[in-house]
Formats: sequence, C-alpha cells, structure tokens
Amino acid sequence: MEKIYSRTSTVLPKSSGFCPGCLHGTAHSILGKVIEEEGLREETIGILPIGCSTLGAFYWDLDVVGSAHGRAPAVATGVKRCNPNNTVFTYQGDGDLASIGLSEIIHAANRGENFTSIFVNNNIYGMTGGQAAPTTLIGQKSTTTPFGRSVEKDGYPMDMCNIISQLKAPVYVARFSLDTPKNIIAAKKGIQKAIRLQNSGKGFTFIEIMSNCPTNWGMSAVQSIKWMQENSLKEYPLGIFVDKYKEEF
Amino acid sequence: MENKIMISGFGGQGVMLIGQLLGYTAKDVDKKSTFYPAYGPEQRGGTANCTIVISDNEIGSPVPTKIDTLMALNQPSIDKYLDKIKSGGTLIINSNHVKQKVDRNDISIYEVPADDLARELGFAKAANMVMLGAYAEANNILTQEQILSTLKVQLARKAEFFDLNKAAIVKGSETIKNQVGEGF
Amino acid sequence: MKGNEAIAEAALRAGCRFFAGYPITPQNEIPEYMSKKIHEVGGTFVQGESEIASVNMIYGAAATGTRAMTSSSSPGISLKAEGISYLAAAKLPSVIVSVMRGGPGLGSIQPAQQDYLQATKAMGNGGFKLIVLAPATIQESVDLTYKAFELADRDRNPVVVLTDGVTGSMMEPVVLPSMIQVDKADKKWAVSGAMGRDKNFIAGTAGIHPEQQEEDNIKSKELYERWQREDVRVEEFMTGDADIVIAAYGITARIAKSAIKQLREQGIKIGLIRPITVSPFPYENFKNLDPNKVKKVIVVEMSIPSQMIDDVRLGLEGNIPTETFGRSGGVVISDDEIVDYVKRSLDKGGDK
Repeated sequence: MEKIYSRTSTVLPKSSGFCPGCLHGTAHSILGKVIEEEGLREETIGILPIGCSTLGAFYWDLDVVGSAHGRAPAVATGVKRCNPNNTVFTYQGDGDLASIGLSEIIHAANRGENFTSIFVNNNIYGMTGGQAAPTTLIGQKSTTTPFGRSVEKDGYPMDMCNIISQLKAPVYVARFSLDTPKNIIAAKKGIQKAIRLQNSGKGFTFIEIMSNCPTNWGMSAVQSIKWMQENSLKEYPLGIFVDKYKEEF
Repeated sequence: MENKIMISGFGGQGVMLIGQLLGYTAKDVDKKSTFYPAYGPEQRGGTANCTIVISDNEIGSPVPTKIDTLMALNQPSIDKYLDKIKSGGTLIINSNHVKQKVDRNDISIYEVPADDLARELGFAKAANMVMLGAYAEANNILTQEQILSTLKVQLARKAEFFDLNKAAIVKGSETIKNQVGEGF
Repeated sequence: MKGNEAIAEAALRAGCRFFAGYPITPQNEIPEYMSKKIHEVGGTFVQGESEIASVNMIYGAAATGTRAMTSSSSPGISLKAEGISYLAAAKLPSVIVSVMRGGPGLGSIQPAQQDYLQATKAMGNGGFKLIVLAPATIQESVDLTYKAFELADRDRNPVVVLTDGVTGSMMEPVVLPSMIQVDKADKKWAVSGAMGRDKNFIAGTAGIHPEQQEEDNIKSKELYERWQREDVRVEEFMTGDADIVIAAYGITARIAKSAIKQLREQGIKIGLIRPITVSPFPYENFKNLDPNKVKKVIVVEMSIPSQMIDDVRLGLEGNIPTETFGRSGGVVISDDEIVDYVKRSLDKGGDK
C-alpha cells in the first residue's frame, strides 16, 4: 500500500506532556506540516516562550531558541535580523504574548519584523495552573478571578488580532480555530500563507489560533470543544483582519 | 512517636488529597505534621508525590531521606522510591498498576487492587481513598476512626460524598486485615 | 495551612490592603489567595500584566500610604529590580516576598536557595539595603510576614520575606495573629491630594543633584548601621558545647536540625547558627564562637556555589576554618546527606 499521509517529520514521534485533549498537539502538527511541505525543516528556527508551549523544545525537530517570558518577539527580531534567510516563527500563549509580552509583540509588529508570530489563545494560563489571562472571557472563572472576570475589576478580553491589525506594518493578520477539521485545515492554509509571505520578505505576519485548556477550564476535552464554540469563538470571531497580498498568495 | 509517609503516583490519581487528609488528621489529634507536595511540570500525567511527616515532637525535615511507609500508586513510584523505605517499614501497592515483583524482604508489603475495589463501589476515582484505607489499617500512629472523623469535617460542604469515600476507606482497610504483610 | 497561603493571610492580618503579582511557580498560591480574600478586608488585588508592572503598582499603592505587597520567584524578582530600587529611593514601605527556585535564568520550578546574594546584596541598582527575613517554618513565615509590614513602615523602606518552594508549598498547622487596623492618613508624607497642606512629592530618587543624592545615601548608611545594632534576629541551636557548627537558614536549617539530632545521637557535638534576618546578618554570633572549641563552621545551603559563605567568613574574621556543603538547581537537600557530609568531614580532619 502506498503511504499518502503521515505525521509530520518536523515533530518528533514522542509521547507528549500536553494534557489529554489539548489542541497544542494539533497546532504543532499543522505548523510542523507546513514547514515540512514547504521544505523548510532545515532552515527554520522556532522561538519558544514560557508556558505549556515550552514543552515544544522536546518535540520540535528544528533549531529552537527558548526565550524569557514574553520576550519571544524581541528574541525573534535578533535572530531574523542576523539570519534573514532562516524562516523564523514565534509560538506564544496568552500570558506570554498578551500580558507580560504585550510591548514586545506590538513593537516587533510595528517595526514590521519579517517573522511569523503564532499566538495560541485559550483564554487562560496553562502551565502555572489556571490563572486569568488578558484573553479570559467576562464571567470566566480562573484561580485569580475566582468569582469570574468582571468588567469593573479586570476590564475586557483582549482582541490581539484587532490590536495588531491597527498597526500599519503587518501584512497578514488572521484568526483561526482548531475546533473542527474544517477549521484546522483553514488554519494550516493560513499558516502556509504566512510562511510564504515571510519567505518572500514581505513583512510581519500574525496568526492567532483559538485553542482549549480542558484541564484548567475544568472540563473534559469534548466539553472544551463545545465550550470554545459557544464561548471563545463568539468573543473572538474567526477571520482575516489584514491581507495585503490577497491575490499573490 | 513519628511516622514518615510518602504517597506517589501520576498526576490525577488523587495523591495530594489523601496526603493532605493525613496532615489534617494529625492536626485534629494534636500531633505535629508537615505535608510536602512535589510535581513534574506537566499539568496532567506527570509524576506526583507527597511526603507527610506526623510526629509528637517538633518536625525537622519535611522531606526525610528514609521513610516508614510508601504508598505506591504506579510502577515508576516503586522504581524510584522503594529504596527510601526503612528496614522494617511498610509498602502499600496499588496492584492494579504495579505488576512487577518487589525485590525487598525486610519490609511489610501489602497489595491492594485499589482501582478494582473502587470500581466495585461504583466510583472509580476513589482508588486513592481505598489506598488511604489500607494505610489506616497498616500504620500505628493514626486510626481509621480518626481519619474518618477528619474526612467528615473536610467534606462538611459536600456531605453527599462522605459515604462513598468512607466506603472506599473501609474497603481498603478490610483488604489489609486479610493480609499479613509479606516479608516477615 | 500551605506556606504561601499562610504568608498571604498573615499579610492581610498585618493590614496589607493592596497586592499585585504575576503568576510564576512556586508562589502562585499567594496571588490566588489574595484574589479570593483581600476584598473581604476592603483591599484590592490586581494581577499585573508582568512582574515589572506589579512592582510599579505597589509603588503607587505605597505612595498613598497603603500597606502593599508583591511576590514572585527568582526570574520574576530579577524583573522587579528597577522597581525595588525605586521603592527604596522613594522611601516607600512595602513588602516583597521572594519564593526561591532553581537558577540562574528560567532555572527549575523546584525549590532552592539561590537568590541569597540577590536578596541581601543587590535587589536593584544603587547599593541600597533591605531587611531580609528568612523563615524556616510556616509559623515563622506567618510571624515574619506580619512583622515585615511593621518594619517597612518604621523605616520607610521595602522589606523582603525570603522563602523557598518547600516552605511555600508545604502544609503545617499554624497559629494566626490578630487583624491590625492601619490608617493611611497617619502617613503624613503620603499622597492623598494636597488639601490644606503643602504638596507631597514621592520621587523615585533622592534628588537630581549629586549632593542631595549623597546626603540621602549617608542617611541610608546610618539606618543600615542601626539595623546591625538593633534588628538582628538569629537562632542558636545546641551551640553551647559544639565542636562543629553548621550555618544554615530557612528550609535548609530546618532539615539540618534533623541531621544534628541524628549526629548528636552518635555522640558528635554539633550545633547550628540560623540567621533569621539574613540582612542584617548576625556577624556577632560567628565572631563570638570560641576558636578553641569550634573546629570548623560548615555552611549548608541549597545553593552551589554557596552564597552565604562570604557573610559567614566576614563574621568569623578568619578565626575558624569554613567548609561548604549543599545541593542546588532545585534539588532539595536531605538530612541524610548532611549527616554523611559531616561524618566524612570529621574523618578527614583537615579543612579548608
């Protein structure tokens, strides 16, 4: 029988430390596939953050740089400016990108740094045990919003695609989700476009991927998908926010 | 009198809960106690263990090198911590997860098919409580009555769970009564 | 109670009414506890967007005269360095809880004592000093956190509670102190709207002119010297007839007591000097050891290389030889290892 589909070689065939049902696995898989299909495995450098995604250091079969919490876009700036011929991506979660790292991502985006920022949004802090994130929904409970996020005390959920798209430099800003096979395929296509834009030197690309956290949301994996569809995807609508190269890519 | 206990398994088995219960029980009977948890970085599935020291006197290290009792809820726990048990100490195994023979003949070894027993009671997640029941019978510093009394207080706001957990503990104790610790 | 939660509860009872912090293992219980409880006493909790934002938030809170606290661990404390220097310069009473983990860098999430030098010598630029309290038990964590707020107000200076991931995450029975009422209006230097009085200016510096800065540095020096005379806290355990003395603080001292008990049972005359304030350091206790009786001082620490060794040597003034022993990187030291080390060290006879 001919093998027409297999797991991506960019991600090592190890058993992962992600929780059962976590969509980080899927995100790694589609990003890995794009890198593989574009033939970039040996040219790609991944910049990893602090959070559950740090575990990726063990799974990516790529050059990887671990960065301090929130600083991945600054680190990526250093890497890409020195090595413009490498494909560089950052892979960050809510706390890393939207909280402590908000300044770094805004400025890297604003300077139009030529790397691809992957932002996995699951509205909560995973690795540290379920604290609130800037992306946590109103009313959502977490260990630091034990009574539910309130507008008066904690403000509104932060829409990063919207914020980044207000800057003039970014060339592709889009939000996808991993809750259904159709959405996963769209996400992969979006990542592919972003990588191709990077490799044509077009500028800064930003991909937000809606994801889940069954463990810290306190529900089963199946329930978490439903919760995403009924809650996070309503707060964070999917779509293309900026696309300066609609026709060419 | 002093008892140093280690409870070890994988994340999600309820290791910490029963460890804390032992700590609370000791406090309720005016003994000194320390409870110390240790985890791997993964939120689920990684290792989880806790060390409880119960004593009539001031407690030094909350993480003693040598322990009196090890409650092992999975195989890696035995591989890692078997050597910590003092000569003459006690090992309580969840035999649903631990299959290999234990290579020591200077300790009391009890086997408890905790997962099976919990499932029989209709509450698979209570396997940890079954193990706690086993400890209640096998140790010489806290009694089953004392543990149940503390559990009742701790579950005050979720009284409906008390009976189920009590049944699991009682079941665990019974299992031990029928075994004389091997190795002696 | 869990160590970290006990610290938070003690702070509330000491009148802490503002807390800002950011999640980092192994101190998350502190912000989480505060988020649940501080409003019950009329206080405010903010999860800062970063450790930097958090320390600057307590700078603001402290400027109003409110008792304020932040907490973090190792790399997070590093981030706070500028903010802490500003707190010291602005003379703002505040409490900083440092729950140490392995390092340097991201380090490990497991407990260590690798921030001794950071806490006692260089929490930020400018050469300022802080009182640094090092609890060894959860009861002490409660008592010292409670005391920290009083000392901070007394000196108009930040105070550090230096603990570790073991004491922070373990549980033990404790006795809690009673709730204090503090009125920020008592602080005449605080900002509150300059109604009917001259304005107050909280500056993150003593002055732009070097001479002003120097004058302020001299005042600080006098404060630090006063601490050395009046505020040292230390415990001596079985040192009366000791041939060997262990120097250790925090969780390591607690573990060392177990080792000392075992060694004493084997006839070895060993004792412990446990600094409770690691700043101001109990130099006198080391100076007062009799070199005719005490053969060596062993610094036992969860840090490699040892960080407390320099202060111990300063105290000993070269009169007694020293050795160091420890574990590091998040490896928790055991009583057995300490026993083994002491026995080997005695057999060797010779010393560093």
